[in-house]
Amino acid sequence: MNYEYVIIGNSAAAAGCIEGIRENDKKGSIAVISDEKYHIYSRPLISYRLKGDVTEKQMCYRPADFYKTNNVVTLLGKRAVSADSKTRTVELESGEKIGYEKLLIATGSKPFVPPTDGLDSVKNRFSFMKMDDVKGIEKVVKKGAKVLIIGAGLIGLKAAEALEHYDCDMTVVDLADRILPSILDKQTAEIMQKHIEDHGVKFILGTSVKSFDKDRAVLANGEEVSFDILITAVGVRPNTELAESAGAKVERGILTDKKQAVNGVKNIWAAGDCTVSEDITTGTSHIIAIMPNAYAQGKVAGHNMSGNRDTFEQAFPMNAIGFFGLHLITAGAYSGECYEENEGENVKKLYSSDNKLNGFILMGDKIARAGIYTALIREQTDLTTVDWELLKQAPQLAAFAKEKRFEILSKGGETA
Amino acid sequence: MKKVYVNEERCLGCHLCEFYCAFANSGEQEMFKAFRLGRNAAPRIQVEDGKGINFAVQCRHCEDPLCMKNCIAGAISKENGVVKIDHEKCVGCFTCILSCPYGCITPDKDGHSATKCELCTANGGTPACVQNCINGAIVFEERGEA
Repeated sequence: MNYEYVIIGNSAAAAGCIEGIRENDKKGSIAVISDEKYHIYSRPLISYRLKGDVTEKQMCYRPADFYKTNNVVTLLGKRAVSADSKTRTVELESGEKIGYEKLLIATGSKPFVPPTDGLDSVKNRFSFMKMDDVKGIEKVVKKGAKVLIIGAGLIGLKAAEALEHYDCDMTVVDLADRILPSILDKQTAEIMQKHIEDHGVKFILGTSVKSFDKDRAVLANGEEVSFDILITAVGVRPNTELAESAGAKVERGILTDKKQAVNGVKNIWAAGDCTVSEDITTGTSHIIAIMPNAYAQGKVAGHNMSGNRDTFEQAFPMNAIGFFGLHLITAGAYSGECYEENEGENVKKLYSSDNKLNGFILMGDKIARAGIYTALIREQTDLTTVDWELLKQAPQLAAFAKEKRFEILSKGGETA
Repeated sequence: MKKVYVNEERCLGCHLCEFYCAFANSGEQEMFKAFRLGRNAAPRIQVEDGKGINFAVQCRHCEDPLCMKNCIAGAISKENGVVKIDHEKCVGCFTCILSCPYGCITPDKDGHSATKCELCTANGGTPACVQNCINGAIVFEERGEA
């Protein structure tokens, strides 16, 4: 079969691409290929599903009629193994070939499981990224089960939060000496760790698993942990094999230009967690694996694929997440002068230099109206044009010049 | 479409709009019940008290809303120009609070989902904040933009 547009992947970047294409081209045929068999769903919602907060149906990232409304053919439960940019074909695991005019690679990432002695002897071993991971855990988890989680990052700790629902006895092991190193500094990590410990989760930090023997882990520090269920959440790796097979340039992730076109090949675009973005808060290029980026990149790709010029220029890390009721909103880089407010679990840290806000960490009730700070980063606002002293204390529109405020309040929302 | 607009020259910062907004969205029949008895109804409009200025802020129902684009659950949608949150789907991660450049989305009082102004579409008629602003500082009108 041949399609005008072929999208490999079925998550946020795919949704953005489909919606981007359909703004310009109502007719061109679109096919979505995914090795998962499910209707487009939100990956981060798997922890809420395990916890029982949402049903499988409520996890849908787009309504049930999404593919129909957008006239999309789905090839689900099929794995794309390679792409040939000369013949413009994608080959599936079955050997079937799918022709394309324009291709989006939105293959996301896969869990990295460090090779460890005896890992294969562990029966109930899971990653925590996909729907099938939750379904697998649900089949074996019993009330009060002993769970060992390797990795104190976002994924590992969301798994811990969900499993509290089953009154599990949880131990989290991480090589780093603190939790959530990707989004918190030392001080806020300690506050969050204490909060999570108060919910019965044990942490063993600064060490790793030396070996496994069925239901027992021996740590590098000599401790032993027995468990019924093992969850590995050490990190992720981008799925770049398919892009490489097509001749794409890959360094850590797939390299693209600002139109999301893949470097080194024609008629192929890429978006989401498999790609490298230029971070406006650090000036460096790295993978920014967050859903808002994936969606925005997918949409930009969709616009360009269907003939409208569009660029994605505002990449920077940002996360909103809560653990056991304590919320966090973070963004950007933690560099420059730090303005701080510490009131127990309610913490605010704003990092600025050269009259620009570089990043922030907000915790507890300090998350209120955080988006006003995020906008300062996104728009790289010159802080001398706003009442920064007022903004530091509380994000508010009163701190903006009257004309800017008038634009917002009297005309209505921006069209960002 | 009709939207809520504020005239900061007329706003005295009385916060009545916040009370009426919270009451209208509380499901209670009497105002005191919305705020007493531990219910603490939360407004979806906020009055800012600046240096010599006051004004009310609520969702601008953006043409291309960042909250909707960034929502990790796909819980935010636009119906006839009104940006809405599906509380069944919302998991309360607050990515929308991280995203809204105007600070117009707040945690719901249960803490498990986010909430915002939906122009009183569920309450029928003119938004409660507009109806009850005694200074005419908040209006509900068509201004010819999207």
